[in-house]
Amino acid sequence: MVQPLDILTETPSQTAGPYVHIGCIPSFAGLPGVYPQDLGLSPIAKEANGQIITITGAVIDGTGWALRDAMIESWQPDAAGRFAGHPEADPAVSGFCRFAADKDSGLFTLRTVKPGAVAHRDGGMQAPHISLWIVARGINIGLSTRIYFEDEDNSNDPLLARIEQRPRVETLIAKRTGEGQYRFDIRLQGEGETVFLDL
Amino acid sequence: MTDRPDLGPLIPRQRPMHPVPYDPEYKTSVPRSPKWPLLSMESTPSEETGPRFGHALIGPLDNNLILNFAKDGSPAIGERILMHGRVLDENARPVPHTLLEIWQANAGGRYRHVKDNYLAPLDPNFGGCGRTLTDENGCYQFLTIRPGAYPWPNRANDWRPMHIHISVFGHSFGQRLITQMYFEGDPLIERCPIAATIKARSQLDRLVAPLDMARARPLDHLAYKFDIVLRGRRQSMFENKLEGM
Ligand SMILES: [Fe+3]
Repeated sequence: MVQPLDILTETPSQTAGPYVHIGCIPSFAGLPGVYPQDLGLSPIAKEANGQIITITGAVIDGTGWALRDAMIESWQPDAAGRFAGHPEADPAVSGFCRFAADKDSGLFTLRTVKPGAVAHRDGGMQAPHISLWIVARGINIGLSTRIYFEDEDNSNDPLLARIEQRPRVETLIAKRTGEGQYRFDIRLQGEGETVFLDL
Repeated sequence: MTDRPDLGPLIPRQRPMHPVPYDPEYKTSVPRSPKWPLLSMESTPSEETGPRFGHALIGPLDNNLILNFAKDGSPAIGERILMHGRVLDENARPVPHTLLEIWQANAGGRYRHVKDNYLAPLDPNFGGCGRTLTDENGCYQFLTIRPGAYPWPNRANDWRPMHIHISVFGHSFGQRLITQMYFEGDPLIERCPIAATIKARSQLDRLVAPLDMARARPLDHLAYKFDIVLRGRRQSMFENKLEGM
């Protein structure tokens, strides 16, 4: 025998199930009035500095079907790359948003400020990106991924550089569809499967 | 434990301690589980920071599911229980002031959700969601009713054990966790394909809350204790504080 380590093990995940909306976005789920409003309705207040953008997409399963019951959370810094809590961060950017696939179309929309580049631990910079966390029935542990932007310089991003199969890099890059408009689909499985992260 | 501030990267997730993403006995996981391995890398500020929520967010009844949807002032129907516990990180340090959200079926096993048409009745005074912040010691509590077991379309006759869904934030987006609490002694846990997505038996046991008579209140409610451990951050004498954090 050896001495025990002073370390605990993380509590295991379980699927968020089909009714995650009741707990996380109850007004959206048809339960208004429990809270004044759902948490994380917008990651920005009106006066946020920077370019306001809209990202639209769907979470698509291995059969090509867009999930109607997915819930997504996003986390990002302000236009200067500072996260909420940093003394100089833009007070109009909370950086956190919760949104769900539409129950009829499966489409989601994230309206936010385009994030700035963020320093990496080794001193280099990460290209501008938004972190996502996706939960739904059938997803046993929340899936993490990132949205990068096709109109930014992604060439020196340390995470994208680690993707060995270069065509898969495209799964993390939102495509510009108009002024301030982007498309970003999340493919859970199959052709064009999104790169999911373990960070 | 140490009072050293959290500066290091997140401790990597031990994936074998979590459910398998793909499990044919839980049929919906089949088309929704990635086939490619995850891309692993040391955490960055994007995972090490995270949203924080203040006490102003929380209403006085938010952690009381017996009363927070009471339309005519009547409490929810069911067996009254206190659910309580602590949120710690892997370094066994309390996680204070972090948001917990729960949701659950009513005493008959039905959710107040448009897609739940199980034949058990809705309770007009039960919504089924609650939230709270942990205190400075990482402790939390909810007053609620024991949820009923319910059938669900999977294999021919699958029933979910009694359970409460729990969402926890921690202080880093990379700590984000959703899980479920089960109840000591429920024979349906052994038969549940969702519980069985966790292959390490000792890990499944950690989701089963023991009856806690020390916190039960005579002539009022029973109590169940449910502690939660979130990812920790590497403790180091040699970590430099990162610019911009
Ligand atoms: Fe459930």
